[in-house]
Amino acid sequence: MTRHRGRGIASVNYPIGMNLGGDPSQALVHSNPSGKFTVALSSIDLGQGMKSVTRQICAETLGVPVEDVYVDTADSDTGPHCMGSFASRGTHRVGNAVMAAAREARGVMMEAAAEELEVNAADLETDGRGNIHVKGAPHRSISTKDVAIAAQFKQGKTISGRGIFLVPLSDVNPETGEMSPATCYAHACLVAEVEVDDETGEVAMIRMDSAYELGRALNPRLVEQQLVGGAWMGVSHALYETPEPYYPDPKHGPRDFVEYLMPGPGDICPHDIAVLERPAPDGPFGAKGPGEMCANPVLPAIANAVFNAVGVRIDDLPITPEKVLRAIKAQGGARPQARR
Amino acid sequence: MLELRKDIFADERDDNLKEIGKGTQRQDMLGHVTGTSTYFDDHKLQGMLHMKVLRSQHAHARLRRIDTAEAERSQGVRRIIRGADVPRNLNTLLSLINFGKDDEPSLAVDKVRYKGEPIVAIVADSPREAHEAMAKVRVDYEPLPAVFDVEDALKPGAPVVNEVYPKNTFIYHDVYDHQKLRFGDADRALAGADHVLEQRYQMSPIEHAPTETNGSIAAPDTNGRYVVYTSTQALFFSLDTSAKILDVPSNTFHFVGGTVGGGFGGKVDTLTEPLCILGAMLTGRPVRYVLGREEEMQFGSPRGAERIYLKDGVMRDGRIIARKVRAYFDSGAYTRLSSYAVVKCVAHLPGPYTIPNVHGDVYCVFTNRTPATAMRGFGVTAMDFAIECQMDKLAHLVGMDPMEFRILNAYRDGDMKAHRREAKNCALIECVQVAAEKSKWTLREEFRRMSSRKDGGGGRAAIPATPGETRPRPTAPAQQRTAYDRSLAAPLNEPPREPPPPPPSPPQPAAPSHGATRFSSVFGTRRR
Repeated sequence: MTRHRGRGIASVNYPIGMNLGGDPSQALVHSNPSGKFTVALSSIDLGQGMKSVTRQICAETLGVPVEDVYVDTADSDTGPHCMGSFASRGTHRVGNAVMAAAREARGVMMEAAAEELEVNAADLETDGRGNIHVKGAPHRSISTKDVAIAAQFKQGKTISGRGIFLVPLSDVNPETGEMSPATCYAHACLVAEVEVDDETGEVAMIRMDSAYELGRALNPRLVEQQLVGGAWMGVSHALYETPEPYYPDPKHGPRDFVEYLMPGPGDICPHDIAVLERPAPDGPFGAKGPGEMCANPVLPAIANAVFNAVGVRIDDLPITPEKVLRAIKAQGGARPQARR
Repeated sequence: MLELRKDIFADERDDNLKEIGKGTQRQDMLGHVTGTSTYFDDHKLQGMLHMKVLRSQHAHARLRRIDTAEAERSQGVRRIIRGADVPRNLNTLLSLINFGKDDEPSLAVDKVRYKGEPIVAIVADSPREAHEAMAKVRVDYEPLPAVFDVEDALKPGAPVVNEVYPKNTFIYHDVYDHQKLRFGDADRALAGADHVLEQRYQMSPIEHAPTETNGSIAAPDTNGRYVVYTSTQALFFSLDTSAKILDVPSNTFHFVGGTVGGGFGGKVDTLTEPLCILGAMLTGRPVRYVLGREEEMQFGSPRGAERIYLKDGVMRDGRIIARKVRAYFDSGAYTRLSSYAVVKCVAHLPGPYTIPNVHGDVYCVFTNRTPATAMRGFGVTAMDFAIECQMDKLAHLVGMDPMEFRILNAYRDGDMKAHRREAKNCALIECVQVAAEKSKWTLREEFRRMSSRKDGGGGRAAIPATPGETRPRPTAPAQQRTAYDRSLAAPLNEPPREPPPPPPSPPQPAAPSHGATRFSSVFGTRRR
């Protein structure tokens, strides 16, 4: 029995938002009388952090601290229309809608502040800590709370904003496939190192190194959780999972988590990630979406690493010990390739 | 461990921001770590009934007779719902964007097309009583030949899975049984290539395996409305689908989503809401319909399996000159969203590389299995697996380092993509370079110096002559840059280079509009 190490790579890109566009999202932003803002969305937070990134986008755009913004989601009576949380569209589409709504609300807020300070609104700026002051004269200042009170009870203004983001729909040419599928693309490259046991056919993950280009990491910690979790979903797809183990024969389908194979805590390995940021011209602060793509490079990188380790190509997923062992036997033993 | 490489593309960003770029703690963290975040299933309502569906035992069968008499008398049963009780018992999810024909009933009527297809729904006082009644429903099946393999399904004489699509393929543009991509002359280029490699790849189906299974709770509200608590990933998508199937105005419903216990694409199909609401309508009581684990794993829609054939032509110096793709998406018995994934896949060809001749034919095929649906990387994950395994083989074939091989072929700013739009904002080369650095993979100096922002466009911006094209194409659109010059204008300030496509013509429904909102038209008028 020998365990062979191998490394494989894959590089990918990924389109952001629904293919061909035509997938609008809306947002409403308003202030209460104490200068605390609510973002109303019908969008769904799947646990990926939609509430948190849209909150940061809203705070940055308004020029207020993030604590002064609360994002309310998932209600069809109070939240305006959103196509849904899929196609890596949350950050890009919903983020843009929130940005537009926050920009409109900021406009009213600055007008109200200008009226209180008796200056031109164009001469004002926010300090991001809850104050609005005259550019170059920080002492001529008013808190966002006092602006909200004045707008509500004295000036009769609503500090609120509406936002929508829509990439216009593209047609598809039936003959050539000519189309405008997406407005921006994220990128990635991943190196997987595996160890293959030539007696059992088992593949163990040793480590992963990766680089992801995401336009802008709006919240690096949320990006990290996506990339780490997504890579494990990729490992699971590559080596373990399927509801039809003998596809296309539909028999022997697993019915629960005892029969449905997935990696356990003992199967994980270190994953070292670099994030690059090349802002998308139409992304909120340049952001694209890390949601879906993070699993994609892992599958082929592992398949390529298995080849590097023992010289067999497994082109049918998942890469089970049975398939690896049969392939090794068929070629008369492991044939380790040049170490990388 | 995550490292931010702020040094790369620094000249394209303003990093002087206050809240953006900070690892701020998530807004819902406290709720999550204290177990107080609300899920749809936390809305246990007074007098709530429970729904279970009886599922087909056969992959393909005619339904001769469904006898529910004994089940009706079973203890605790409040209502048994059959296909005839569903106001519009035929739907396709993407009818909301006018794409595809209604092809799937909420409850099977004459025929079942996959093992596990819902036949009747039972509403009872408890889940146990619903299960007990289910065992008393008598279904007389006439089994039919079934087809499970995508290529078998296309052969003459194959069993017809879904009569709406009698050739077992989705129909594109009302004419083709697949979506085409044509860019240059792949056959001619393959004939002149130094090496040609043709390979077959097979993706496995995948279960989303969410911790929280699909489900919803619907309850009569005041003023004739219904409140619906749901696990959906797409609130209005589910709301509008329910309004269409139940044939009521969309504002009949107040949909409330919750924290979602894992989605990954498996909670877009609106599997439970329409029947759950119908149960509430027919009984006047709150109804809960949640999939069990086995139902979720076998009959909740999975990621479909794709079969992909790639044929590439490569030159000895490592340049790929042609890529020919034939792919089959296994949609299962109904369309759901697979038709859309095919188009997304075609747009993704030939991967993030500049290849002057690309030919693609991608099919959405019907088989007698659980309908497939969206999953993380929809339409792309499988193609990436095939392309990236193929890239490794090609590099091996020409004796090149696989990273350098990718950098050599990577798309760059200004290149023409196979779907005939200019590549912009590229960063594949930089990702490969950084991944090499991180993994201590040695690249030669010339490859370390290459850039997505250099040496693209020019001859690479051309749309090559493509056989069968009726109208002559200029070598590049008028707005095309022919060289990359970063000093021209920062991308953020650039006016849009492409004129926006003409506004879509409004859909012309042949029948009066129902409750569902028409968002837009994708491929012309949807036929009814």
